[in-house]
Amino acid sequence: MTASTTDPEKAAKGPMLAADGTPLKKSLSRALRVQKLRALALVAPLLIFVLVTFIAPIADMLFRSVENQIVSDTMPRTTKALGDWDGTGLPPEVVFEDAYYDLFVAAERKEHTRLGSRLNYELTGASSLFRKSGRGLDELGEVYQDQFKDLDKNWDEAQPWAEMMGSDDWLAKEAAWEKGERLPKFELRDGVDELLPRTAEQYAAFATFTHNDDRKSLLKEEPWSAVHTALYQDLAANDYSGYSGPHADMLKAADTLVASPDFQTLPFKDGFGEIDKDWLEPGIWRTLKLYAPKYTSGYFLNSVDMKLTPEGVEARPQNERIYIMLFKRTLFMSLVITCSCILLGYPVAYILSNLPSRTANLLMILVLLPFWTSLLVRTSAWKIMLQQQGVINDVLVWIGLVSDDARLTMINNQFGTIVAMTHILLPFMILPMYSVMSTIPKTYVRAAKSLGATDWTTFWRVYFPQSVPGIGAGSILVFILAIGYYITPEIVGGTTGTFISNRIAYHISTSLNWGLAAALGSILLAVVLLLYWAYDRIVGIDNVKLG
Amino acid sequence: MNRTKTLLATTALTVAAGAVSAEDMANSMTIVSWGGAYQNSQLKAYAEPYAAMHPEVSISWDESSAEAVAKLRAMNEAGNITWDLVDVEAADSIRLCDEGLAMEVDVDEMLAPGEDGSSAEDDFGDSLISDCFIPQIVFSTTVGYRTDMVGDTPPSDICAIFDLETYPGKRSLNKRPPANMEWALLCDGVAKEDIYDVLATPEGQDRALAKLGTIKDQTIWWTAGADTPQLLADGEVVMGSTYNGRLFSAIAEQNQPIGMLWDAEMLDFDGWVIPEGLPEDRLARVLDFVKFATDTQRLADQAAYISYGPARASSAPLVGQHAELGIDMAPHMPTDPANATNVFVTQYAFWSDYRDDIDAKFQAWLAQ
Amino acid sequence: MQDTGTSDAFVAFERVQKSYDGETLVVKDLNLSLPKGEFLTMLGPSGSGKTTCLMMLAGFETATHGEIKLDGKPINNIPPHKRGIGMVFQNYALFPHMTVAENLSFPLEVRKIGKSDREAKVKRALDMVEMGAFGGRRPAQLSGGQQQRIALARALVFEPELVLMDEPLGALDKQLREKMQFEITSLAHQLGITTVYVTHDQTEALTMSDRVAVFNDGRIQQLAPPDILYEEPENSFVAQFIGENNTLEGTVAEINGDRCVVKLDGGEVIDAKPVNVSKVGERTRVSIRPERVEYNKDRLQQGAHTLKAKVLEFIYMGDIFRTRLEVAGNREFVIKTRNAPDQVRLSPGTEIEIGWLPEDCRALDAN
Repeated sequence: MTASTTDPEKAAKGPMLAADGTPLKKSLSRALRVQKLRALALVAPLLIFVLVTFIAPIADMLFRSVENQIVSDTMPRTTKALGDWDGTGLPPEVVFEDAYYDLFVAAERKEHTRLGSRLNYELTGASSLFRKSGRGLDELGEVYQDQFKDLDKNWDEAQPWAEMMGSDDWLAKEAAWEKGERLPKFELRDGVDELLPRTAEQYAAFATFTHNDDRKSLLKEEPWSAVHTALYQDLAANDYSGYSGPHADMLKAADTLVASPDFQTLPFKDGFGEIDKDWLEPGIWRTLKLYAPKYTSGYFLNSVDMKLTPEGVEARPQNERIYIMLFKRTLFMSLVITCSCILLGYPVAYILSNLPSRTANLLMILVLLPFWTSLLVRTSAWKIMLQQQGVINDVLVWIGLVSDDARLTMINNQFGTIVAMTHILLPFMILPMYSVMSTIPKTYVRAAKSLGATDWTTFWRVYFPQSVPGIGAGSILVFILAIGYYITPEIVGGTTGTFISNRIAYHISTSLNWGLAAALGSILLAVVLLLYWAYDRIVGIDNVKLG
Repeated sequence: MNRTKTLLATTALTVAAGAVSAEDMANSMTIVSWGGAYQNSQLKAYAEPYAAMHPEVSISWDESSAEAVAKLRAMNEAGNITWDLVDVEAADSIRLCDEGLAMEVDVDEMLAPGEDGSSAEDDFGDSLISDCFIPQIVFSTTVGYRTDMVGDTPPSDICAIFDLETYPGKRSLNKRPPANMEWALLCDGVAKEDIYDVLATPEGQDRALAKLGTIKDQTIWWTAGADTPQLLADGEVVMGSTYNGRLFSAIAEQNQPIGMLWDAEMLDFDGWVIPEGLPEDRLARVLDFVKFATDTQRLADQAAYISYGPARASSAPLVGQHAELGIDMAPHMPTDPANATNVFVTQYAFWSDYRDDIDAKFQAWLAQ
Repeated sequence: MQDTGTSDAFVAFERVQKSYDGETLVVKDLNLSLPKGEFLTMLGPSGSGKTTCLMMLAGFETATHGEIKLDGKPINNIPPHKRGIGMVFQNYALFPHMTVAENLSFPLEVRKIGKSDREAKVKRALDMVEMGAFGGRRPAQLSGGQQQRIALARALVFEPELVLMDEPLGALDKQLREKMQFEITSLAHQLGITTVYVTHDQTEALTMSDRVAVFNDGRIQQLAPPDILYEEPENSFVAQFIGENNTLEGTVAEINGDRCVVKLDGGEVIDAKPVNVSKVGERTRVSIRPERVEYNKDRLQQGAHTLKAKVLEFIYMGDIFRTRLEVAGNREFVIKTRNAPDQVRLSPGTEIEIGWLPEDCRALDAN
């Protein structure tokens, strides 16, 4: 073979062939494919694990930070109608009408309060406004429901409604339905959606809810008051004297009733006003319009102390700005913690790496000892050490360094956080440093000395540069861990030593504003990646070794 | 929604009818609570007697109430509810209810009537602060102080917190705005009935923060109920706010030199919520348990283990003595008339609207 | 021990002892001196104390007792970086984070030599080892042999008068090693520097050195030029350690000046040169180099004692034949013969008679 590769005549004839005549490249790639597949099979469990537990949550977080479908999903008609509104004054009556029907269904599905909580992040008071409106909307519809009922009690019966709205085919199926079976899909009677367009739409919405959410027969359930409201609207808009479908008398009578001057009406706007006067303020409508899109930059803007307003993006008032300051503080303090870990950890790692392995292993257990104690216990121990009536202050007072009425404040501030977190994260610095240092052969130091370097020059020019990968690995570990810490800052940080992660935890577990938490988390992730990139540019990521 | 109510009532009726046959009920139940002495009181007063009546039922406890809201939401999103009954603060029950994560409760249908004959709804009265909330206890956020650090004039007024001249030294206050904001306005001269109206305005919020600003550098901000008793015990602070039960145990059980104020304490409730979407058999079991655990006698029994008041009016006369110390518990209850001369009832609706807004301002103010 | 004339010595060990644990001596009463410009090799098995001696000289170990002198001045208390001794390490110890040029520049920088001067010296040193084009590379980008040259250049660049080398060729393959052996010696001689070279490879020691000090058990067993060492080993350790060697054990039967008769344990009697035996009846081990054994009777002296031998194995090795025999009960007796046209190839099973010149057969100590 070696002879043939150098033979120009053979090489000129075409691609190299394997012994069986197939092109060599092809058979090589076939051989490699099997290897690749086997390698893939070996990493597959981990790959899936990482995908499920790591990549997917991060993707979910990124998605949540912009996702805002709840507004348009809960109030589809309203958000559409608000698109045509210019945003000045109050929206037209038609928007109130749409809001009525949207909220009515949402309230039945118990989704209105969820939307209220969502909008409360943007507009204080939205939460109780929506909670209150869920109850109030019923009353609005009852104005019509009661008048129709008084006219003919069949208007509050399930059967006549179903007969009027549903197709004969469907009615037969619905009548034959028995509990436990699948309910037959509701079908509108032919032409009823042209005859009574609003009523048909509302009845269909009611039918869907009753079938899907309640699993009840429409022949047993009387429609909700939104259907009566729609009926009133249809009757007021059209003439039904020519109607000849089922229950024609009933409908004609109702039409006459609506036409009479005695018939009580309540414009939607007034109805909303009765529920809560906040509905007659432009604020809630502008917020709804602003947050109507399925995706929003609102969470991210909040994360950087800005606000989405109809006029554009604005900075938040001075007394509500907190996140940028917290981001800066988190970065600064993580940096300080990383530096103090380097300063404290380097000599320890150096000594450990120069000791005989038996002693080094023993001392390494001491370094790892903190891992055996719960994080809370360690942090609480620092509290006892550092507080004003604590061990350190007591000792300082006892030896006379500090007077009893001027005890040092060492906890519930940045100092406390830095001390406690340096202690907790120190092993993460020492371990990579130690493992890198123990791979640096002693001969380098001897070589440097034999070349005439003093102890300091030897350390600084020869030993230290080789230990930098350990410092790099330790620093990245400690920094990234520190940036995401929240338990320790929460306990010992007071007001000036808390981190952005404390706010994220608050929004995850207390305020339930997961969108904002996700946006803050995404920014934190971006900052970490940015720093990682910067580290790579400045130091070089291949200059990071864990051992 | 009245329709929903009838609907629920029918569900409950079906369930109540099924309650006769125990086969339809699940035999295991996961109850979520706060751990510690409080959970122990629930175990002694509710769970152990219930288990004695129903030996086939196994109850497991989870001490996750502090993260209950977030965890319930996560479970709901994942479509796998592993909890059957969750102990939460009243404010959290509102949020869970709003988010559709907790089941709405028909009090008269699902809970036992009072032993004095009153309906459940009347017996629980004001403590029914949300449609999903099954009240259990009344507790209060109040102020404790070091008896040996206040001289001859122990404080009797909530505004002692702001009085650095008479009571120099550090204080500890909650790192969250509720109670702090109300007290600040009260001590700044706002009439008690106007406080929430004032607090609803930006000016009012600034005013409360300004008042708190007078003691800001003398304040340690706590995050857990156990912090203040510990800080008092260590002599780190001269006074601080916490839950009355914590102070009771520091004073009566640990004999610390601590006194406590019964002035303008913030009355609050704690109770059960049932997660939305439980399968029928588990729901049946939970409802059976809850009906038992919240009856007049059981709520009164709990007071023997912890100094929180029963949420039912009919339970108050039945409150007896501490199970170990043998002292009368009634005088230590936030519901005791002598203690309740000047109380605040936390305005949950207000806080559910203003929580995010005021909290952002409060945290920004803290960080300055 | 052997060499105590230290007056004009450049490097001198005087009664040096070294112990690490305070119980056993790894170097026992070492006396050694070498004149300026000598290439001395410390040869010995591992644990013989040779490396410890080198490290004491470099300053990385302190002598427990005795004095080490450099150019007449005691250096025991001078830290290594002030001794001005160049050193080449077993694994080269090139600083991995520096380029080749930076590595070479390092000893010059710490000596505060100006930039232009430094660059000139680095260039000269690189050219000297024929590595002029590699100044910008990192050590990891070089082959083993190239790294070896750089290590050598670095040890020489600051022009030390003494260079120490600790098994510098151990990591190279055979061909490269032989090439480097030649280059190192010619460089050392060309520059006139004094070199102390540590190795456990006797071929290396023999080919490179002016003198070789054979170490064993913390002592110098023999200090001599290579040819003397090979041909006239003074004790059985050196005889065994240097080159291939056949030994036969027996008792001294007779001593006559530089001739003695040894009665082997099997009863046979042979002639030998008494080296390490002094009286009749003493146990001895006689040593004969394989290439000095004769089976052609014509070449033996008149009346020389001969032994019967049986051929066990014949190995053809190209330039030589190697034949394994059974002699006086020793089945590992080897003889080597040159591959000449008239040479007989002995076949296994053949019975022959062997003998040697008495001066080639050395009666040594029995240890």
